[in-house]
Amino acid sequence: MRREPPQTLGDYSPLLFPAAMLTIFFVVPFGTMIAVSFFQREQGGFYTPAFVFDNYQRFLSAFFGGVLGFSLMMAIAVAVCCVVLALPFTYLLTRMARRVQIVWLVALLSILSLSEVIIGFAWSTLFSRTAGITNILVALGLMGEAKALTPSFAAVLTGMVYQAFPYTVLVLFPALVRLDPTLTEAARTLGASPLKAFFTVVVPALRNTIVATLIMVFIFALGSYLLPQLLGRPQHWTLSVLITDQAIYQSNMPFAAAMAVFLVLVTLGLVALTVIAGRKGETA
Amino acid sequence: MSGLALQNVVKEFGAFRAVNDVDLTVPHGTFVCMLGPSGCGKTTLLRMIAGLDLPSAGAIRLDGEDITRVPTHKRNLGMVFQSLALFPHLTVGENIAYPLRIRGAPKEDQKKRVDELLSMIHLPGYADRPVSKLSGGQRQRVAIARALAISPKLFLLDEPLSALDAKLREAMQVELRQLQQQLGITTIVVTHDQREAMTMADTVVVMSGGEIRQAASPIEIYRRPADSFVADFIGQTNLIEAEADIQNHVTVLGQSVPGLQLPPDATKATISIRPEDVHLTAPGPGALTGTVTFVRDLGGTIETFVDVAGRQIVAVSTPRARPEVSVGQEIGVALTPDVCVVLRK
Repeated sequence: MRREPPQTLGDYSPLLFPAAMLTIFFVVPFGTMIAVSFFQREQGGFYTPAFVFDNYQRFLSAFFGGVLGFSLMMAIAVAVCCVVLALPFTYLLTRMARRVQIVWLVALLSILSLSEVIIGFAWSTLFSRTAGITNILVALGLMGEAKALTPSFAAVLTGMVYQAFPYTVLVLFPALVRLDPTLTEAARTLGASPLKAFFTVVVPALRNTIVATLIMVFIFALGSYLLPQLLGRPQHWTLSVLITDQAIYQSNMPFAAAMAVFLVLVTLGLVALTVIAGRKGETA
Repeated sequence: MSGLALQNVVKEFGAFRAVNDVDLTVPHGTFVCMLGPSGCGKTTLLRMIAGLDLPSAGAIRLDGEDITRVPTHKRNLGMVFQSLALFPHLTVGENIAYPLRIRGAPKEDQKKRVDELLSMIHLPGYADRPVSKLSGGQRQRVAIARALAISPKLFLLDEPLSALDAKLREAMQVELRQLQQQLGITTIVVTHDQREAMTMADTVVVMSGGEIRQAASPIEIYRRPADSFVADFIGQTNLIEAEADIQNHVTVLGQSVPGLQLPPDATKATISIRPEDVHLTAPGPGALTGTVTFVRDLGGTIETFVDVAGRQIVAVSTPRARPEVSVGQEIGVALTPDVCVVLRK
């Protein structure tokens, strides 16, 4: 389809509303946050306008660096787990009967309707010693005695993957539905087993979709701050937890703002790197 | 036995029988076209030969070996899909090398074979191009080269030329036939285009309703159709009812045709007469009498529509071989026994 570029100022008018909304609800608050991140904190009070780098300086410590590193690592782990689990799942789902697909999609959508708090408490019960899944393993004779699986890194990871999994499936679903099923059939006639066909045809043909999904889940997981607290130890807390702590409990708005700005910059940097790496792979 | 054999193959989808008890032998090195209207089961049959669908009953043998339950990727065949199914993330060369790479062939061998195949399909030097930059005909050839990369025992094509424009399609038909003869590979093509089937095939298999109606050489199918479906589906024909009395004197549309024989026990039959065999003469004895209702002058040939006792008969002739006629004129239609094909009921 040929599209003409907009000619007059009037042609841009459909953009006005979203532009205004973005400005009022995103650009302005974000600008305020950047400004606040340079403000001077008043001990015992709030903050006064200034232009100091104290907040950023304080952030550049081993402790906060460690938390930032852990947060990024956690988000990457969630993204990778989600895509690795969701890709084969969604692929098989698209090849099932329409009725089966609908049942699964409704189930996944209902997970989306659960709040993070409910997911957190549900998993902490499932991972507990007294009422958790280990009791089933004991009953089956697979385990000696029931034990608590939370708080632990694995518990945090499980909770976050559970929460992000439906998003991952919903993002991958349209791309996999549109994938020509004769591509895998062709691969099979050319000598590839179904598994080989999946890895040599389906995965590479969907590379861009997979990269986009990884980025989306990564950003989604980066913002999570309830599950790490409910299912993890303090060393499993993400930067989002610390930001909340500084902003609400320590009343240190400038420092919280500085951390948030830093997180955004690092995230944007990582996404940009991924996109550039993706481009390079494409031309090679 | 060398070649492909289908034995009582049945495919059911729920209560629907897509393929009903098909028996077919394809000797090694022959080119078979499966021809039929859409929904006749020809594609399902091809998919079963490829192993993409499992037959509900029956057996498929290749060179004497039962391959009915052998998975597709172990059958060593080459298949071209209607959508071509070229891998969009690979270049032309990588697409053609795919079956070799999957089998772990060394890189140099892959490259050598790709170059060989590219020159065979008249696209030398195209190895590094992305598939998306090719024209329809070029993609077609790449799909064919990819299917032939491992020198398969069986070459299957599902409506391979349907996406091409008419001129290119005709050229590709000839090319495909020449390629098959050069390689001597057993080939099965599914098509709904009878011209395509007539151009390429050693054997045409006409299917309808999940069954084989006739399997024979193109000229045999055209000259001696087994039943009225085949006669009507392949080319144009006039189907006329004929009756025989006790002495086996046959009358067609109320006019006796001496010398025409129906099967011994039949009193009624349908006969097929190709339009080019209908001979127009002056009205008189020894010919059916009709009225010209329409004349279609196509330059190279002229079709004359004649109404004989309420039945329309079409005659095709070249301008020189045909008497001057005009609409409304009375005309004689001469039927000789040698051009009338008696069809089984």
